[in-house]
Amino acid sequence: MATLIFPEHPSPVADAEALKKAFQGWGTNEKAIISILGHRNAVQRKLIRKAYEDMYAEDLVKRLESELSGDFEKVIYRWILDPEERDAVLLNVAIKHKPSPDYRVIVEFSTIYNPEEFLAVKRAYQHRFKHSLEEDIAQHTTGDLRKLLVGLASPYKYAGGEMDVKLAKSEADKLQDLVKDKALNHEEVIRIITTRSNAQIVAALNHYKDSHGTAITKHLKDDPANDYLAALLTAIRSINNPQKHYEKVLRIALNKPGTDEDAITRVIVTRAEKDLNDIKDIYYKRNSVALDHAISNETSSHYKAFLLALLGKD
Amino acid sequence: MAAADEFGVLTKAFTGLGVDEKSLISILGKWHPEHKQSFRKTTRDIFIEDERQFERWDDRHVQKLQQEFLRFKDAVVLWTMHPWERDARLLWEAVYKGPKYGILVEIACTRSSEELLGARRAYHSLFEHSIEEDIAFHIHSFEKKLLVGLVSAYRYEGPKYGEEVAKSEAKILKNVIKDGAKKLHEEEEIVRILTTRSKLHLKAVFKHYKETSGNYLDEDLGDHLILKQTVQCLCKPETYFTEVLDVSLKGIGHDFAKEALTRVIVTRADVDLKLIKEEYHHLSGFTLSHKIEEIANGNFKDFLLTLIARGDQEN
Repeated sequence: MATLIFPEHPSPVADAEALKKAFQGWGTNEKAIISILGHRNAVQRKLIRKAYEDMYAEDLVKRLESELSGDFEKVIYRWILDPEERDAVLLNVAIKHKPSPDYRVIVEFSTIYNPEEFLAVKRAYQHRFKHSLEEDIAQHTTGDLRKLLVGLASPYKYAGGEMDVKLAKSEADKLQDLVKDKALNHEEVIRIITTRSNAQIVAALNHYKDSHGTAITKHLKDDPANDYLAALLTAIRSINNPQKHYEKVLRIALNKPGTDEDAITRVIVTRAEKDLNDIKDIYYKRNSVALDHAISNETSSHYKAFLLALLGKD
Repeated sequence: MAAADEFGVLTKAFTGLGVDEKSLISILGKWHPEHKQSFRKTTRDIFIEDERQFERWDDRHVQKLQQEFLRFKDAVVLWTMHPWERDARLLWEAVYKGPKYGILVEIACTRSSEELLGARRAYHSLFEHSIEEDIAFHIHSFEKKLLVGLVSAYRYEGPKYGEEVAKSEAKILKNVIKDGAKKLHEEEEIVRILTTRSKLHLKAVFKHYKETSGNYLDEDLGDHLILKQTVQCLCKPETYFTEVLDVSLKGIGHDFAKEALTRVIVTRADVDLKLIKEEYHHLSGFTLSHKIEEIANGNFKDFLLTLIARGDQEN
């Protein structure tokens, strides 16, 4: 379930006016920006952008970029873009990340979004960056990681509910053999994870657990030095239980010294209108602390206020 | 018509591409038993002397004939089908009735990004799998990585590409080919470039390759048919299709080559058949229509010629 709270029929014209007023004079009225944008859904935000452009002959996005700064600017920028465009931007940032691409974003979007949603993101990516997502990923990665990430980003997976039990069993057995041989970068692992439908993969993973006693993820250690294994583990977790994956991303982002604001922004912004409420529940169960509370502690100022608004604070 | 002439007409009606139904009706329809006997005895290509003293229709020829009767129907069905369904079914056949790598490359590389995507959608509906998973699962050869990559591609189709990147990728290809690796189609960089770059970008790579090495990229890849076909399909499809037509019209090889004639004409009639005709003329010295008049029969022939003539109305 979503966490975003928004009125039924706000007036885009009134919103545009209020935002324009917020920009006037010295400084910016961040509270006004938060109270408006923090409570509008994607359709409403798009209408505000259009109204603002019509009324003031100016791009609201550019204006916001120039008025704001820091983490607050980043979160507002990601929030005000159309969802597909925003996801394209997040992917591009992840690919260009130094010293190495942030595979988490690529894995998340390609495994958690359904094929039509992901296709829309790929189109937006081409439109904005004049390259295909696949060619950019391929160019910035090598070896096993490239095979996995390009493999996840390219296929247009079957999304019907049909699932072949016999096939799931045989592929679970195949995976077990490869785990035993410590051959997790084997073609067959990549083939199964990158081309089978999510329903089919989950069936195989369940069968693996049932017949071999442990989940396959137990065999994939968190080895920070091996990006390929880490990406593979992330992919399997995301396919199996997306909300649990997001909880983990948030938990690590909030606990690490320095706080990973980019990751927090990404999760909150991309899931506020989808399943952030479920993620909140899982977070509380896992950590005995409410997500709102943890975010309050680790972030500050307008950035914090905006995140809390998206989390459902009135 | 003299008997010998009639035999000749009938033989032609029975051999070649498609069947001349009109001649069959007019000649066979009026023959008495002794004419038919005479025909059977003198047409050794089709009838063989059985040990029990009768002229038996050669089994292989009967099978071929059955295929020839179906050829017109197959062409019509293929033409009428939605292109997405058509391509999805061709892909399925290429995997399960082959494997026929050439067809996989052809469809993956000569269709636009949206057309290929449409074919993949249709494949979901028809077969409840993705083509990507089926190829990955059923094809075990070295070419698998290239094929999965080609069929999964959703290439950028805009006008922008990086000239400098194209130059450097041409250089990469030159070096990889020079090293003479046996399994070129496994070479990571070749696969990356051919399966992810836009067609415009690849044409630039092709151009730079010629400028810096003096050779055409597809020719240098000649030892690896699948790579050669991939480059041709992506950069100059007319050349690829012309070669396919040439082989099929020379009657070389199996029914696979003959099926190619139908497939090429039906799938390219509204796309680039005009260009293909010109290139075929250039290559063989014959016009495509002329060749088809020569070796095809009946309704099948008429249908193909009609489709070819459409090309002349294109601007």
